[in-house]
Amino acid sequence: MANKMHVKLTLNGQQVEGLAEPRTLLIHFLRENLNVTGPHIGCETSHCGACTVDMNGKSVKSCTVFVAQANGAEVTTVEGLVNPDGSLGVIQEMFREHHGLQCGFCTPGMITRAHRLLQENPRPTEEEVRFGMAGNLCRCTGYQNIVKAILASADMLNAQKEAAE
Amino acid sequence: MNDQVMSPEQRAANLKGMGCARKRVEDVRFTQGKGRYVDDIKLDGMLFGDFVRSPYAHARVVSVDTSEAMKVPGVVAVLTAQDLAPLGLHWMPTLAGDRQMVLADGKVLFQGQEVAFVVASDRYAAADAVEKVVVEYEELPVVVDPFKALEPDAPVLREDLEGKMTGAHGPRRHHNHIFTWEQGDKDATEAVLAGADVVAEEMVYYHRTHPSPLETCGCVAAMDKVTGKLTLYGTFQAPHAIRTVVSLISGLAEHNIRVISPDIGGGFGNKVGAYSGYVCSVVASIVTGKPVKWVEDRMENLMSTAFARDYWMHGKIAATKEGKITGLWCHTTADHGGFDACADPTKFPAGFMNICTGSYDIPTAYLAVDGVYTNKAPGGVAYRCSFRVTEAAYFIERMIEVLAIKLGMDAAELRRINFIRKDQFPYQSALGWEYDSGDYHTAWEKALNAVGYDALRKEQAQRLEDFKAGKTRKLIGIGLTHFTEIVGAGPVKNCDILGLGMFDSCEIRIHPTGSAIARLGTISQGQGHATTFAQILASEIGIPADNITVEEGDTDTAPYGLGTYGSRSTPVAGAATAMAGRKIRAKAQMIAAWLLEVHDDDVEFDVDRFVVKGAPERFKTMKEIAFAAYNQAIPGLEPGLEAVSYYDPPNMTYPFGAYICVMEIDVDTGVHEVRQFYALDDCGTRINPMVIEGQIHGGATEGYAIAMGQEIAYDDMGNHKSATLMDFFIPTSWETPTYQTDFTVTPSPHHPIGAKGVGESPNVGSVPCFSNAVHDAFRPFGLTQSHMPHDQWRIWKIANDLGLHG
Repeated sequence: MANKMHVKLTLNGQQVEGLAEPRTLLIHFLRENLNVTGPHIGCETSHCGACTVDMNGKSVKSCTVFVAQANGAEVTTVEGLVNPDGSLGVIQEMFREHHGLQCGFCTPGMITRAHRLLQENPRPTEEEVRFGMAGNLCRCTGYQNIVKAILASADMLNAQKEAAE
Repeated sequence: MNDQVMSPEQRAANLKGMGCARKRVEDVRFTQGKGRYVDDIKLDGMLFGDFVRSPYAHARVVSVDTSEAMKVPGVVAVLTAQDLAPLGLHWMPTLAGDRQMVLADGKVLFQGQEVAFVVASDRYAAADAVEKVVVEYEELPVVVDPFKALEPDAPVLREDLEGKMTGAHGPRRHHNHIFTWEQGDKDATEAVLAGADVVAEEMVYYHRTHPSPLETCGCVAAMDKVTGKLTLYGTFQAPHAIRTVVSLISGLAEHNIRVISPDIGGGFGNKVGAYSGYVCSVVASIVTGKPVKWVEDRMENLMSTAFARDYWMHGKIAATKEGKITGLWCHTTADHGGFDACADPTKFPAGFMNICTGSYDIPTAYLAVDGVYTNKAPGGVAYRCSFRVTEAAYFIERMIEVLAIKLGMDAAELRRINFIRKDQFPYQSALGWEYDSGDYHTAWEKALNAVGYDALRKEQAQRLEDFKAGKTRKLIGIGLTHFTEIVGAGPVKNCDILGLGMFDSCEIRIHPTGSAIARLGTISQGQGHATTFAQILASEIGIPADNITVEEGDTDTAPYGLGTYGSRSTPVAGAATAMAGRKIRAKAQMIAAWLLEVHDDDVEFDVDRFVVKGAPERFKTMKEIAFAAYNQAIPGLEPGLEAVSYYDPPNMTYPFGAYICVMEIDVDTGVHEVRQFYALDDCGTRINPMVIEGQIHGGATEGYAIAMGQEIAYDDMGNHKSATLMDFFIPTSWETPTYQTDFTVTPSPHHPIGAKGVGESPNVGSVPCFSNAVHDAFRPFGLTQSHMPHDQWRIWKIANDLGLHG
């Protein structure tokens, strides 16, 4: 109980803080201290990717990041990817449109990873999507519709960007 | 446009009923991280439980010292078998009629077995305390091979059963023997084998694997000492059955137990059984008066909760020299681990393994299954299949290939001449089933044409020539499968679990403004019930699916049902939904007739309304009828519009399919590439084609994993060699093939809407298809059988053993 540290981070654009042992994993801090339960725990060994969040502009598996390492970081979870008006963001909408989820357990990690992938590579090929998403496991969909949803998201995001320019 | 003036087509489209690729209503929550899974549940004062587990596969537990663990800050209690014994809860019944230790009672029987349960204020304190529990073990000889377990001098695993020569399923003939289950005619089958032109014989092993849903098993038990009511949240595929089991073993009255299955992150059979974590959490909550959460980690999941398969199937298949099959014989040695915790209907200790005559008209057959104890984890659940159907399908589809080799025949042609013909349905199989409907030849020809089968065989032959000429090191394998499933358990007359008949249920309430809620005895784990059951109802009662809430998983509100596994939701609860809908419609008809001032028989249902026969301009919509049910005093009718149906299916349903896989195999590296995978499924009436396609993709991917690398492996000491996702193969998006789906529609004649269920077909069908492709690539070099999983090393070894590495 002792040795708790004061943790501050920017979560989905908001300043948040809390007390936690330095050994606390970021995923537990998010889920249990901050009640942000979008990211899930599937393995605790960084294989499955259900806990994927965006930290300082990179996809990380928050089950293998100590909260001490995340102090001061900018963190985005799937909850932060909805539009300001509360409607589903493009990637979220495309996952729904293309049946890219079933039980929904991997989905927050998948969408958060896809969000970063499309920042890194806005016009990926199918092969690049399959390679770029290979850190996130899904037991339900066989990935075919996830890949389709991400390619459709890329098209839509690019169209939006072009329209804005 | 309002519903008074829309065309019938517009009105039907508006319903989003059966056949429509309706987008899923669940996804709005799931895509923004607003699902509510068991680990998301947080209750005031909640404690966390964690297990001390055995490092040994077989050992005597000499002592358990919890004193140092109790000193860890935050630790509230450490439970051992000694603490549970006075309550009679140190053992629990299994679904298979056996019993299982909740916490190690004097000995352990598999690595990872639960020894003590630590309860602490947070999960870190609990994990710290687990390290401080000191357990003294005395190692015992280990047996992990079911054949060695049956040798006369094999170590005695279940000392609690010593001297008991009768088990839940009849006589036991050895101290590690659980049961023998026999079906069919042994003497007649042996006579056929003795007189046959050709007999092919093979040992087909379907290795041990694990359903491994992405969300592991877990629960939160919350005992309210003021009301005396226990609320148990958990990853339960059968919440109502869990409530009854908890009541029976805890002594709490069933009405004081509320079981809630929240959102479930995949099940695939892993979440059917009752586990030590549930019992310990309930006890800990009763003892401490606080909610207790237990969620297993991945390693615990792979080591201790519900494995699947592990069947050694020795087969003999007899045929004429023209290839007409005359008999099938199978003896299976089934490795159940330390306790028999299979999840099968009571009368079927080897599940529906007796569907192993497959899609073929085999006049004579015999099956015997011996269940055996070993020092491995208990389970034997149906991993995305209906009670051992995938083992049966793998067996027969391998035996067909082996027979084709023996006969020197093309395996597609051998299947064609042995399929049960369309005019033979309903078909009585030699092992006791009545197949409801099928049209195998049509499906088969459609599949062969779709992939261009003849051209593929020519290409394969050319490749073989090139290989022999040293021009290439890659072979082509063409995997064929035609499977028949048996799902929708099942008729109460022969299907029960723990004495509970395997009916299912649906209760519907129509609200005054014409929307509705339907509650079912099943529970979705990703299948999309909230979407698809609303579609069934929309078509049955004429209320748009978007106006129907579907709710499952809360035993205080949902009608009793046996849950979701074995592809039973659509065949059983889907039927209950249609039948409850028809009761609503029957009352709606009377209300409409009264409103329209005609006789009941003078109105008829039309999409979303009742119309006066011969006068289509006179009608009442379901919306109007719903309101009338609540605001009119109708003579002879009670107010309100509600119905419930408990549906006892008259028969199982028999979905089928034709799968073809084309695989490239590098002989030198063992690397494979799935070039094409074609899956034709016939699940009868199709409710939502988008959801069906998603099920096929997912199930085929699980099948791909199982066939090509996924395995629960042990060494001779009983050490678990595949307890992390580094060792246990779950394919990523990178290696997963793409699938081409197709369908035929042969409705079930006995199901109210003709649906058969589809969730498990792709796992059942794809495993033999992938495996047959590997075998087929090496057929010209003399390979008849090589056990799965066909990982890179094993494929390399096939080539090496066949002398293909020069």
